[in-house]
This record gives sequence, structure tokens and C-alpha cells, in this order.
Amino acid sequence: MFDSITLGQYYQTDSVLHRLDPRVKLVGTFAYLISLFVVDSLPGYLLAALFLAVMIKLSNVPFRYIVRGMKTILFLLIITVCFNLFLTPGEVIWEFWIFKMTREGLNFAIKMAIRLSLLILGSSIMTLTTTPTQLTDALESLMRPLKKVRVPVHEIAMMMSIALRFIPILMEETDKIMKAQIARGADFESRNLIKKIKSMVPLLVPLFISAFRRANDLAMAMEARCYRGGEGRTKMKPLVYSSKDRVAYLILLLFFAACIAMRILF
Amino acid sequence: MIKISKLIHDYIKRDDEGNAAGTVRAIDGVDLQVEPGMFIAVLGHNGSGKSTLAKHLNALLFPTEGEVWVDGLDTREEKNLWEIRREAGMVFQNPDNQIIAQVVEEDVGFGPENIGVPTQEIWKRVEESLKAVGMYEYRKKSPNRLSGGQKQRVSIAGVIAMEPKCIIMDEPTAMLDPNGRKEVIKAAMKLNREKGITVILITHYMEEAINADKIFVMDKGKLAMQGTPKEIFSQVEKMKELNLDVPEVTLLAHELRKGGLDIPADILTKEELADALLGKAQSDPAGGSNGDQS
Repeated sequence: MFDSITLGQYYQTDSVLHRLDPRVKLVGTFAYLISLFVVDSLPGYLLAALFLAVMIKLSNVPFRYIVRGMKTILFLLIITVCFNLFLTPGEVIWEFWIFKMTREGLNFAIKMAIRLSLLILGSSIMTLTTTPTQLTDALESLMRPLKKVRVPVHEIAMMMSIALRFIPILMEETDKIMKAQIARGADFESRNLIKKIKSMVPLLVPLFISAFRRANDLAMAMEARCYRGGEGRTKMKPLVYSSKDRVAYLILLLFFAACIAMRILF
Repeated sequence: MIKISKLIHDYIKRDDEGNAAGTVRAIDGVDLQVEPGMFIAVLGHNGSGKSTLAKHLNALLFPTEGEVWVDGLDTREEKNLWEIRREAGMVFQNPDNQIIAQVVEEDVGFGPENIGVPTQEIWKRVEESLKAVGMYEYRKKSPNRLSGGQKQRVSIAGVIAMEPKCIIMDEPTAMLDPNGRKEVIKAAMKLNREKGITVILITHYMEEAINADKIFVMDKGKLAMQGTPKEIFSQVEKMKELNLDVPEVTLLAHELRKGGLDIPADILTKEELADALLGKAQSDPAGGSNGDQS
């Protein structure tokens, strides 16, 4: 039942974006998200959309594949649009029963829809071109200044990557326990909500026990391999900025400046 | 390489509230010595204390009484801890619970990263270790896509990337299928023969112990027997007393001897048995034909 699961949504291919330092991509995505709220006019959105189109082209990920990921949040998008459309007070332009569509609402809903779509497409470009491991590395590196205020940055990154490693293992285990319980007559198919929740108990208890046992084993194995936190550790794949990363930062800066200019001009 | 003297280890037994309710003696006065470059097998049935013993060699557990010395370092000294763990690597039973990274090569690099090896050197060591266990072509794969035997070989590579003098394997084949078992034992033998790394293999598969230089047999926390495979397995009756099997061929030879056939008591492999029987038949053709008729 869990055969189809792929972790994250990394799309394996070779492109400029794939080869970019993950820190650039992380910072870039954040900058893009902020810029979507900076620009507030049609030309501004056009600029943002154009920028995204170029990124999609550069990523070498088929457009179809990216859009397929949008399907899951289509529902969310529709609800947001409807709420904005009918619940914004203002000049009524269309009325049906208790629903009143206003000019302001229409305006707002269109903006919201554009913003949300660009936002989701923009962040999926990052997850499509960056492996989870690279992402954790980037996070660890970018959050390093927080170490000064005693945030355990290395430990957080280590926990994230271990969690990622164990998700498929625990999934497989859930599947196994489920089959074992079904073989003894457990009912996981029931449509009754209360029954459904009750049937989760014999699944979750063994799963938790096994997860704790695994955690214990793993901690021992890590200690046996001389793991003692982030101190004095070297990196097999250190993150190093290259010239193309600097160019990417420059482009980001230009884009961001353009967005601010748009905001002032229009 | 390893010297253990009068080792005693007590586990504290706890009741439901977590109060100490007594102790269980897991290891009870063990003395043993391992020379560098040897292939050692430790046998014993469940609860005989063999895993507890293994964890002492890597300073994961500490003696209640007695001493454990690894390459001249006392495990009771706090400052020796990391040096000992680097020199005596450990491979555990469940391959899934000891692989940390999501890519094979990154997992092998984990140990060297921890001890602060420079980046260039890590890559060199990762390549060498993966080649030594025959897993180099899988270096970019996710560990989840490997078979049990392959995962266990990755674990071994992860240990040798730290360049230890000794590898302790705590039932590394217990969760594997027969093919995986063969792969892992072959890799361990190769490391021992070619790189001169001392291997201590804890197992309850007798077949894996045949090629060892020396065997230690544990029973109820005590060292019950020690000697070469031939010395140990020729004592079929005593092994049975300890609830241990001997290799099937040895058992067959033992039964044949009991039946009156005059063959050596220390037969371990099919080839040896075949040679012994053939030798018997040629030197004593009358006896052989008598056997056929009866």
C-alpha cells in the first residue's frame, strides 16, 4: 500500500537549478515569497510570473509534472477564492440568494489566486530541484548564527535527516503490523469513525514500541561510530559557494529590487 | 590486541516503579586474550552473555569488576573512550538500525566525519571501504533499496572507513537470508586476510565459526571452552551439554565414529569427511565391502 510513496518530491535530472547551492535556493525561495507580497499590481504579478517561468524553464522539470503537484491544493485555492469573493464588504455587483459578490471581493480574490498559485509553484521549484539531505544541510548552514543564542542547530539538522531516513522504514513496519492485525481479525476497513479510531490503537502501540527500540539501537550505533554532537566534526560534502551561486544571488537581488520599484511606481 | 581479565558485569534489574530490585550477572569472571590479526568466533546460546561481552570491547558498557584492555587502552578511563571506539569498530545485528544517512556513501562517511577527518581524505576512505566490501557501485543508492546482506556490508564499510584495528560483529547475520549471510562472512574474512584487521565474530551459526583461528564458547556468563575450531567441534558431547550444535558434517562424522568407523574426530568440512572415508575405503577394501553388504 505504501509502494507509491516517494519522499519529498525531488525530480532527478540535471539542470542549473539542480547544481545550485541549496542555500541559494532556500534564500531565493524566501525572497520570492516575500516579493509576491511586495508587488501589488498587475505589472508586478506579470514580472513575478515571468521570473517563475524562466526558473521553471531552467529547472528542466517538465511543466506537467509541476502542475500535477498543484492538484492537491486546488481545493484550498478554490475555498480561499470563494471566501474572498463573497465575504468582502463593498459595492455589490452580483447577487444570488444570500451570496453577494462585491467589486472589492472580485479584485481581492483574483489577486489572492495569483499570489497563492505563484507561491506554491515557486516553493515546489525548490523542493523539486533539491534533495531533502541538501535542504537539511542548507538549513543547518543558514541557521548557524543561531548557535550563539544556544539553539542546537546541528542537532536539529541531524534529527531531521534521521527522521527522513526512518520514514520509509516505519511505513514498511506499519504495513507489516497492519497485515498481522488483519490476519487476526482486526478491522481497518470500517467506515464508522469511532471504530476506525479504535482500530488504530493496536496499530500505534506496537509501532511506537518498535520506534523507541530502533531509536535506542541507532543511538548506540552512532556512539559506537564516535558520534558526539557537532563539535569537531568535519563534512564529507561541505557547502561551498561557487561563482554561479554568486551570480544567482545577484539575479535574486535585481529581481527583488525590481519588485520594490514596481510597488513604488504602480 | 584485546585483553580481558576477571571481567564481571551486572545488569540492574528494575521493578515496575523503576527502583533497583536486584542485579543479574551477565558476565561472571571472564578471562581472555585476542592476538592482533586473528579471526575469532564467539559462540553461545541466547543469554550466554556474548553480546554483553561484545559491548565491553567497544566501551559501550563498562566492567562492574575486572578490566578490559583494547590495544593497550583501559576502557575504564574516560579519556580513552573515543580512541577505543575508533580502534574497535562495531557492527550490530539489525542493519536498518545502524545506517544513519539516506545515501550509501554518506553513511560510510559518517564515522570519519565524527572523528574529524579532512574532506578529501573522507572521500578516499569511503571509496576504499566500499570497494573492500564490494559495494562501490551502490554508493549513490538509498540504503532502503538494498538487500539485508548489502546493508550489512555497508555497515561494515562504515566501520572500516574509520580505519580500526579490530572489528566486533555482534550477530551480524542473524537477520539475513542464507545468501546474505555468506556475503557478510566472506567480506569479513577478506578484511581479516587482506588488511590484517582483527575480527571478532559473535554468532550462533556454527558454520560461520569453522574458518576462525580461535573459538570462544560462552555459557551462563562464563567462558566455557576455548580453542581452535577442530578442538572445539570434536567435543560433540560437551557442545550438546551447552545446548549448542556442531556443524552437520562434524555431527555425521561423530555418529560414524560412534558406529565404529575409525575416522578422525575433528572433521569440519564435507571435503575432509570425503577424504577420510575415501582413505578408509582404499586402505581397507574388505572392510568397505563388508559395510556395503550389511
